[in-house]
Amino acid sequence: MHTNHKFFSKLLLSTALLISVNSLSAQNAAGDTNVYLIAILIVIGALILVSAILTLSQNFISIEAAKFGVEIEEKDNGFSLSNLWKEANPLYTNGTPVTELKKGHDILLKGKPSSELIKKNVKRFAVNPKSFRGLSPIPKVLVEVGDEVKAGDPIYYDKKNPVVKFVAPVSGEVIEINRGEKRAITDIVILADSEVKHAQLDPPSINEASRDDIVSFLLSSGGWTLFNQRPYDILPAHDAVPTNIFISTFNTSPLSPDSSVIIEGQGDLFQKGLDTLNRLTSGQVFLGLCANFDDAPHEVFTGADNVVKKWFKGKHPSGNVGIQIHHTAPIAAGQTVWTLSVQEVITLGELMHKGIFNARRIVVIGGANVINPVHVETYIGANVGELVKDNIQGDNNRIIDGDVLSGKQTKDSNYLGFRSDQISVIEEGDYYEIFGWLVPIKARPTISGTFPNFLYPNLEFDGDTNTHGERRAFVMSGEYEKVLPMDLYPQHLMKAIMTGDFEQMEGLGIYELSEEDVALCEFVCTSKMPLQNILRDGLDMMREQG
Amino acid sequence: MGLIQYFKKIEPDKKKSPFLHTAYDAFFTFLASPNSVTKDGVHMRDGMDLKRTMVHVVLAMQLCYVFGTYNIGHQHFTAMGEYLGFLEGFHLKLAHGLIKLFPIFVVTHVVGLGIEFWYAAKKGHAVEEGFLVSGALIPLIMPPDLPIWILVLSVAFAVILVKEAFGGTGMNIWNVALMARLFVFFAYPTTISGDDVWVSGFEHIRAGYAADYGWAHNLFNGLFGAMGLDKFTGGQVVDGFTGATPLALAYQGGWEAVTAVYSVSDMWWGTIPGSIGETSKPFILFGAIFLLVTRIASWRIMLGMVLGASLMAIILNAWDATPFMNVPWYYQFYMGSFFFAMAFMATDPVTAASTNGGKIAYGFLIGFIGMIVRVLNPAYPEGWMLAIIFMNTFAPLLDRLVLNPHIARRKKLAHA
Repeated sequence: MHTNHKFFSKLLLSTALLISVNSLSAQNAAGDTNVYLIAILIVIGALILVSAILTLSQNFISIEAAKFGVEIEEKDNGFSLSNLWKEANPLYTNGTPVTELKKGHDILLKGKPSSELIKKNVKRFAVNPKSFRGLSPIPKVLVEVGDEVKAGDPIYYDKKNPVVKFVAPVSGEVIEINRGEKRAITDIVILADSEVKHAQLDPPSINEASRDDIVSFLLSSGGWTLFNQRPYDILPAHDAVPTNIFISTFNTSPLSPDSSVIIEGQGDLFQKGLDTLNRLTSGQVFLGLCANFDDAPHEVFTGADNVVKKWFKGKHPSGNVGIQIHHTAPIAAGQTVWTLSVQEVITLGELMHKGIFNARRIVVIGGANVINPVHVETYIGANVGELVKDNIQGDNNRIIDGDVLSGKQTKDSNYLGFRSDQISVIEEGDYYEIFGWLVPIKARPTISGTFPNFLYPNLEFDGDTNTHGERRAFVMSGEYEKVLPMDLYPQHLMKAIMTGDFEQMEGLGIYELSEEDVALCEFVCTSKMPLQNILRDGLDMMREQG
Repeated sequence: MGLIQYFKKIEPDKKKSPFLHTAYDAFFTFLASPNSVTKDGVHMRDGMDLKRTMVHVVLAMQLCYVFGTYNIGHQHFTAMGEYLGFLEGFHLKLAHGLIKLFPIFVVTHVVGLGIEFWYAAKKGHAVEEGFLVSGALIPLIMPPDLPIWILVLSVAFAVILVKEAFGGTGMNIWNVALMARLFVFFAYPTTISGDDVWVSGFEHIRAGYAADYGWAHNLFNGLFGAMGLDKFTGGQVVDGFTGATPLALAYQGGWEAVTAVYSVSDMWWGTIPGSIGETSKPFILFGAIFLLVTRIASWRIMLGMVLGASLMAIILNAWDATPFMNVPWYYQFYMGSFFFAMAFMATDPVTAASTNGGKIAYGFLIGFIGMIVRVLNPAYPEGWMLAIIFMNTFAPLLDRLVLNPHIARRKKLAHA
């Protein structure tokens, strides 16, 4: 019914436009009169005026109603231009406002993980100091090769910041301490026991203990390492108090994990985690919820207490926490906020509730060359090769720790990073393509109108790592804005970073961005600019300046 | 992929012969998109690159090329009062058009690309695709009889001083193709203004002259003779034919003076004298729509330009001091090269404003100022070239006007 009504309004408007265009051309032929044109303009003007008056009066009525505390039912008042192209919000949002993000792009790839959850027997796990930005390259390691550790035992700490302890994700024997360039420690490998034994700690009460007690418990138990501070994406200082804390409960990136698989059966711990976070911030804890689908998000999310819920609707990157922060309470200069993923909140809740550091992680494995794309249950820092074993076909693949836009290239012998929840596998694109820039042989994801992709909106792509062109100077403009749903000028920001103009960088909003937010901009860039690297350079410059 | 392997085998050494290697690289990447893969950052890239973008702009101009070539011949014979029907004397008109256009096209590309290749080799980077579009635009905006040596100078000026001096594709401040035309306009004004230059061969068919046909025409004469077709015979310009463009006529006598010579449909379809590619409105609009549908050109600039030009034309209608001002505002679009400038010149993303708000203002001001130049300037009754170059200069300023409030707003938030 509702859709019908809209359809006819659209039809009416387009007919009016068509008639006006026709009359314009008729007037060309006749050459002597533009009566039609004027009449049509008047009609269109009148339509706009009427709809404006209707909208305005409706608004006045609701304002007055709110003043007197009267609840009036939102009625569709017939013809309104603003409502015409707006889709109705799903019912489960219960009328709470939904932030609709028009900009963005979903890259549909083959090999989307099913919601099946399997367990894989992974033997080797590693803690890798490289997962954390800004640590000194050689941390103080507290264990030696051959030591037995329990999950939750401290493994190392940063010499600059010794109160923050980094702990073991599993129990077992330390078998390797690997070093990279300049003797920097890359991973400390643990051969896991078949049954993980946790170090039992004594957590303070979430609601009654003082904030200081909670903080000192988190610092010593590894809980602090769960927090990610924006801007810069670093570990927060041990005395930091975040302005707000943000959690996005959905992921819109290609081949991303399904958060309802993650949260299943973890509702209590998730809520405990949220309660803990509330004790840590001076502001509020925000939960970003997804209004993209007909089905409501998991009831744990919709029913969560002690948080401010924000609904978001839109294509990727609407699930990125940075985008949600921008539309909730933007980070201003001098402010810091913390972000956590759903799984990190669960770990935090379990740590505070049961006193154990349970590093359980659900990781998705997806991509065109994955035989059985699924969710896999494992622990932080699992060995990549063991995780993907017998599940990949083809021998020219790129394995990515993370999604195809902002992940890191990895390989079988590597270990997943601390915050990883995704492995993507796509084919390497090291092939020549004759006239490939003009008449491509294989379908490829794009936002450009020069490809016929818009005819097949649901087509899934294999995807490969070919750059599809060479790097050039900035030529096109307005491309990035189309896929970044933020009030920001990304191209001008990038130029400010490249010229090292601090004032402009700050003014153009560098604090609000992280690599994953500009990843889609980098994807669409005609000039093949490395935007994520440029942004990171800028953030590093800002951080060094203090 | 035997072809690729063959071409890889003949790749010149980069150190020993940088120029050859650059030229090879330019042609090779044209033949096949390279096998480079993403490193850090995104692992997957959009299928769009600069080559594809630029070539699509060139594709959008192809109908203008076809029509422009034929129209050179058509105007030539119309001046002599021969083959007045558009399709009459088809082979002669096409041959004459090709004889005129071909050298212009080839010389533009040889000079322009030669300089580009040389700079690329010198700087050690790949040849950038910017000149594909500039090189396709320059022939379309020149008069058909432009002496080749002037063309060479103008292209060299534009590529060296306007583009390479600033750092190459993506770095230039002014539109390269328009600066080539501007160079001719200021350095050799008699070849690009007045009534005599817009009809090919007009100089030579005035009373008392014989049409100046060269070896190329004789070659075609031989061919046509063998096929039993009409040949180039030369002739004299008919009485009353002045070669004046609609704009020149409008300047003298308003819309009546224009319609006395050209019908509205002539001006719409473009069978009138003018620069080579800018006369045919439907074909230009086809290109404009192509660029809009493929989202290569900015609709904001185009819309802004139409609004700006309309507004100024309406203001001039209201002012009504000269016959030109009195031309109904919507007929202003039938004359001159408004649509060509809108579709292909103003939308150059490098020289235009780069913020969305700035783009509308940029387009609007081009339309507004261009119409002022067209109607109020006695020396030269067309304004888009000057207006676009003028606004190219101020495009960064327009962006600043958008960015500065944005920055101030964010600062305010920080202090709040």
